Amino acid sequence: MNWLDWISAFVNDPAHRSGPDSIVHRVGEHLAFTGEALLWASLLAIPAGLLIGYTGRGAFAVTALAGTARALPTLGLVTLAVLLAKISDLTVLIPLVALAAPSLLVAAAEGVRGTDPQVRDAALGTGLTHRQVLFRVCLPAALPTLLAGLRTATVQVIATATVAAYVGLGGLGRYVIDGLATKNYPTTVGGALLVVLLAVGAQLLFAPLIRYSLPPGARAQRRSLTPKESL
Amino acid sequence: MTDEPLVRWGWIGSHLAYLRDLTLDHAVIALVPVLIALVIAVPLGLLCTRFPRLYQPVALVFNVVYALPGVAVFVVLIPYTGLATRTTVMIPLTCYALAVLVPATVDGLRAVPEALRQSATAMGYGPWRRLAAVELPAAVSYVVAGLRVAAVSSISLAAVGALIGRGGLGYLFIDGFQRTFPTPIVAGIVLVAALALVTDLALVLALRLLAPWAAHERRATRRQRGATQ
Amino acid sequence: MTKNLLARPSAAVTLATLVLGATACGGSGSDPLANSSKSSGGGGTVTVGSANFPENVLLASIYSQALQAKGIKVTEKFNIGSREVIYGQVKSGSLTVLPEYNGSLLTYLKAKAASSDEAAVNAALAKALPSSLTLLDSSAAEDKDSLTVSKAVADKYNLKSIPDLKGHAADFVVGGPPEFKTRDEQLFKDVYGLTFKEWKATSDATANALKDGTVQVGDIYTTDPRIISLNLVSLEDPKHLFDVQNVTPLVHKGDLSDKGVAALNAVSAKLDTAGLVQLMKRVGTDKEDPAVVAKDWLSSNGLA
Repeated sequence: MNWLDWISAFVNDPAHRSGPDSIVHRVGEHLAFTGEALLWASLLAIPAGLLIGYTGRGAFAVTALAGTARALPTLGLVTLAVLLAKISDLTVLIPLVALAAPSLLVAAAEGVRGTDPQVRDAALGTGLTHRQVLFRVCLPAALPTLLAGLRTATVQVIATATVAAYVGLGGLGRYVIDGLATKNYPTTVGGALLVVLLAVGAQLLFAPLIRYSLPPGARAQRRSLTPKESL
Repeated sequence: MTDEPLVRWGWIGSHLAYLRDLTLDHAVIALVPVLIALVIAVPLGLLCTRFPRLYQPVALVFNVVYALPGVAVFVVLIPYTGLATRTTVMIPLTCYALAVLVPATVDGLRAVPEALRQSATAMGYGPWRRLAAVELPAAVSYVVAGLRVAAVSSISLAAVGALIGRGGLGYLFIDGFQRTFPTPIVAGIVLVAALALVTDLALVLALRLLAPWAAHERRATRRQRGATQ
Repeated sequence: MTKNLLARPSAAVTLATLVLGATACGGSGSDPLANSSKSSGGGGTVTVGSANFPENVLLASIYSQALQAKGIKVTEKFNIGSREVIYGQVKSGSLTVLPEYNGSLLTYLKAKAASSDEAAVNAALAKALPSSLTLLDSSAAEDKDSLTVSKAVADKYNLKSIPDLKGHAADFVVGGPPEFKTRDEQLFKDVYGLTFKEWKATSDATANALKDGTVQVGDIYTTDPRIISLNLVSLEDPKHLFDVQNVTPLVHKGDLSDKGVAALNAVSAKLDTAGLVQLMKRVGTDKEDPAVVAKDWLSSNGLA
């Protein structure tokens, strides 16, 4: 079975044991890209999404914006960013933020919009301000959807951050792209496998989070949470 | 990159035919896989609703597939399907589209109210007729929603094929990068986004024309869900 | 709602899914077959490929149009990957012609030449290449490392080739990529008896460093368009300290007709480094299309 040979060749390569091309270092770089991109995307997209979901205004604009952002090719954004701003970690963040933001924006808006209007009215009736209703009533109700959106964004960013290696940046994409350039199957396959492991790991991490973000009574009922960007 | 402008408009003007050809090639590379995936996803989704135990492993497989970097899949495929061929680029794109469309189909079929299904049976519909006349039409809005996501992602992802010599508009990115020439990159980004938006719009219109009931249905179910909770 | 009511559609669906899945996964063979079984012996279409950098695309475009001018049908597959990836494609016949550089190809094949001049390198290559591959005539054009000086320095010290540096080297600072010193400092002593004042890692900025006088001598690729735009002069390397890198067509044996071979040899006969730098300036600096630049060169040399 040559797949297993490839993987063992990949893991046993001394260059992958220590130094800048080591697995630990590359995984670290990859996670750093992913984490930073998600952080910036969250800061930008979630407040906007909550507001749009709550007011119900600009929903059309959100759909259009999210659709456009999703359509932007990461390879194009990465190459353009490098030509305009030279190679730096910031360069790769812009395309990845653009990739993660639509899922988060849509999930936040959809989650808040999905809260029962009667519950919202009742909360307002008890004297809560709009701000309080948004943060104490709508946000908790929107949390499962929001987390599911964050999960989608995380997987997308982990998988797509590999493209950054084309312009010379680090992360697991180095293995994939260098493996292609040197026709080295073990390196490419090993890199791809690590990307998949990270993505699956992230999904596993989100499963309990999403579960416990549901109100206790609803935990048993909800079987599948796949709000596939359905605004 | 001191004196090179972001866009040389003259270049765009003199390369209109070239850009058109790349766009058409891109559309084929990106959208044929979505169609193939649709043809596979609907029966597979049906299977997964009929045999719910099947869905967990199928969903797991597609979750893994979705995270596979396209370039890595190309590398493994090149010995079999060739370098710089459409097939090599289209196989992973088909898998990505499946990863979106199968869950969308399953969600759609699961959302068909049991009462509706039973009324159809009570009216004497056989299983095939019920599938064609009741269940699939009821699920169509979910499938089209999945189709929109799959098509837009596919158009955006297809550009990566340029790294192995067949990426449609993606060629503009590597050419521009290699020659420190932003104009083709900007043109490529705009055309990819435009192609995606046109495709998305076409799908929305197609849904309105072919399944007018579905355009209103989702809002109705949401309202209904809100009222019963 | 009985079980067997459900059973029929699902059985059919299972079958359909299996069939479709099989065609999706296994039915992809038609395209590559059509691509790789081109062993028609020169009468059919010729596929010209290129590696993933602009100069190679330009050279492939010159080859392609030179062949087309002789009535040969050409499929172009440009910018499709590194040598590691595309060498195998010529070997298998998926590509018919590829612009190569004799020195790099010899290194890639892990072979050694008796000496480092063009004839010896090509002789070693002829031995090292597998039976399915052959090289056509090498051109005088080379894309290789070179010691380069500014026009002002060249005129002032009357420099044409590396040996002319004798007597001045001790006053000169050398720039180049970071590995340049470790790789070549000893070689300059051994081959030319030159010891420089200082080595600076100037990397991509070497050309600019030559222009502003930060360094007097620099390691520049011989086809770098900045040789023209910054008015630099590459010094001759008569003892071949740097590997020769003549642009040479690599061909899958038997897939190119005699007419095609003649057309490419005619290209190699006219192509030289000074000409190639001019073409690269148009592609790299003026952002003209490689195909247009190739066409101009062919027609001005009477080849198309």
